Amino acid sequence: MDSALIPKGVKRCPMWQFLLGLGIMGAVLAWGVYAMLLCWFKGLNQTNMNDYYGFALWIWADLAVIAVGGGAFFSGLLKYIIGKDELKHIINYAVLIGFICYSSALLILAIDIGQPLRGWFIFWHANVHSMLTEVAFCLSCYFAVLTIEYIPLILENRQLDKVPFFHNLSHNMHETMAIFAATGAFLSFFHQGSLGGVAGVLFGRPFAFREGLLIWPWTFFLFTWSAAAYGPSFTLLITWITEKVTRKKLVKDNVVDLLAKISGWMIFTYIIVKMADTSRWAFITAPGLGQTLADFYTGNDFYGYWILFAEIILGGVVPAVILISPPLRRKPAWRVTAFILGVMGVSLNRWVMVLQVMAVPIMPFDNWALYIPSWQEVATTILPVAYGVILIMISYRYLPIFPQEVELNPIQDESPAAVEAETESTPDLQPAKA
Amino acid sequence: MKNEHNDNPPVMKFGMAIDLDKCTGCGACMVACMSENNIPFKEDESDKLVSITWMRIFKLSNGKSFPDTDICYLPRPCQHCEGHGGHSPCVSVCPATATDYSRETGIVSQIVTRCFGCRYCMGACPYHARYFNWWDPVWPDGMEKYLSPNVSPRMRGVVEKCSFCFHRYQLAKNKAYLDGERRVPEEAYQTACTQACPAGAIVFGDLNNPEHQVHQIVKPDPKHGGRSQNPRAFRLLERLGTNTKVYYLSSREWVRRSGDNYLEHEKTGQASQPHH
Repeated sequence: MDSALIPKGVKRCPMWQFLLGLGIMGAVLAWGVYAMLLCWFKGLNQTNMNDYYGFALWIWADLAVIAVGGGAFFSGLLKYIIGKDELKHIINYAVLIGFICYSSALLILAIDIGQPLRGWFIFWHANVHSMLTEVAFCLSCYFAVLTIEYIPLILENRQLDKVPFFHNLSHNMHETMAIFAATGAFLSFFHQGSLGGVAGVLFGRPFAFREGLLIWPWTFFLFTWSAAAYGPSFTLLITWITEKVTRKKLVKDNVVDLLAKISGWMIFTYIIVKMADTSRWAFITAPGLGQTLADFYTGNDFYGYWILFAEIILGGVVPAVILISPPLRRKPAWRVTAFILGVMGVSLNRWVMVLQVMAVPIMPFDNWALYIPSWQEVATTILPVAYGVILIMISYRYLPIFPQEVELNPIQDESPAAVEAETESTPDLQPAKA
Repeated sequence: MKNEHNDNPPVMKFGMAIDLDKCTGCGACMVACMSENNIPFKEDESDKLVSITWMRIFKLSNGKSFPDTDICYLPRPCQHCEGHGGHSPCVSVCPATATDYSRETGIVSQIVTRCFGCRYCMGACPYHARYFNWWDPVWPDGMEKYLSPNVSPRMRGVVEKCSFCFHRYQLAKNKAYLDGERRVPEEAYQTACTQACPAGAIVFGDLNNPEHQVHQIVKPDPKHGGRSQNPRAFRLLERLGTNTKVYYLSSREWVRRSGDNYLEHEKTGQASQPHH
């Protein structure tokens, strides 16, 4: 039915299967949209947030998706600026995942603010001293960059590509993509860092507060570094899941191996610095303010030392060791385990830097505050996941996301002539370069 | 003002001294504050995590059993932190400049019509002095006629907090101008909680003005970030460098120690190195 829209030389599932998948994810999406409308029309009393938990599940989700979405800027930096040309085979998918992550983050932010209609005040009445202002500006600009990076991919759809204007636009955008990749890396450095700064500048909260360099607390640099380190792991994890769902190999091993190795070394260096930061905070910063580690990790039912172990060792050291070791990295089971642990580790780091910050009592006579999100918060957090799956489904079906797919999955049961006939090629146009 | 047109306006620093040895925990200050500032309330106010109390009383205990047990009530308004040069925890983080530090009065303001409800300031405040309007205010029938005309009620989705009854300062300032006074007289500007306290535990005034009672009690040391020179006085979480303008007084050592975090071997009143 939609064969004219499907990229040439590849096979896609039957329409009914595609629509069934869309329907299931659409139902989840509708559930999230319903919860979102409840929050917008009835207010944030629909959540379980409170005056101790002004930041909660949504802010964690924001920080987490932006961290794992860091694969887009870092892969772009590696391919276009550093010159790792093999990554051109996965850069499309990294951009798509980044686009999903950042659009999700913006959507969640739009739900999270108490007066959504005043959201523009952050630009209009901007306080240049606030980390959140920097986040808002850089996040919006980088989302625009990701959109610019995603547009040529859309224009490569078989039918759109037949329109000369779109074909040439796509071609020219590809030609200038290095500029956008550099811009994206620059913007990402600042907004990823500023998100780290959001917690690090809180000098009223010793659990979060960090010293730093000039106006930037150490968390500024740690967040940028960790996004660059774990982002590619997330890209590879989603690629692996996509391969399992489609039952096809979509990216060659050498590409996966290269990105996994880079991610591994980035995680390795990050986790060393993270351990140094944690040690300084635990043994100098916090005691200097009269607090000890025990104040932060005991006296409540949830936040124990386990979380420190899970974040740094399980989610940092273990995936780093697996990914920098060639024999382990080349075994898919080990490699995927490392990706999962890494994504868990960076997500846990964001959780700690948002929710544990809120939970820890500061005044000696105050108590720990624990919180369980409401179903509306959960639904609106799952909403972007459903949206992301739908966008991946549509993009995978109709766009040439994986340049190596045709080569890796030759169509056996159709003659080359039949495939060629289906493509309705336009010989006067040169194919756009990915 | 009328008499001294060319002089710069005096730099004031309004603050409080709360004598915890006098406070009985009666809650009159909380009630007066809510009434004065049109603070909304719900039918069930038992969940203090979603209850707006600009002035909140905490109950402290020395943790000992009878007969050594001792308690103390600690009223906690916004501490109006100055931080280092006006860099208070909440003001510095607000992305929309919806909260500001006044160098004229030392009061941390909240511009509720500019706040878009991101709640970053709430996360930044270690005193939990900031409150979010999770609901639109609903007043019992007829009660809207008793609201103060000097304070705008706030809508759902914005943050609010104690303003040191700033509207009273504005009224007093206008009156002082008309009366030809250069400064707002001490008795002309008092917060609602101060006036309501039956025990006289709260003293309010200009910490910069040696004639004001609060200055005489606190004896702030400007060379050491406003630290009190009164041995009975302390500030909440002073070690964080928040540089607050609410001082507490107590002759009980355990009460003074409850005002901050200390390592076991540290003495009460131990200072920390400034970190920002």
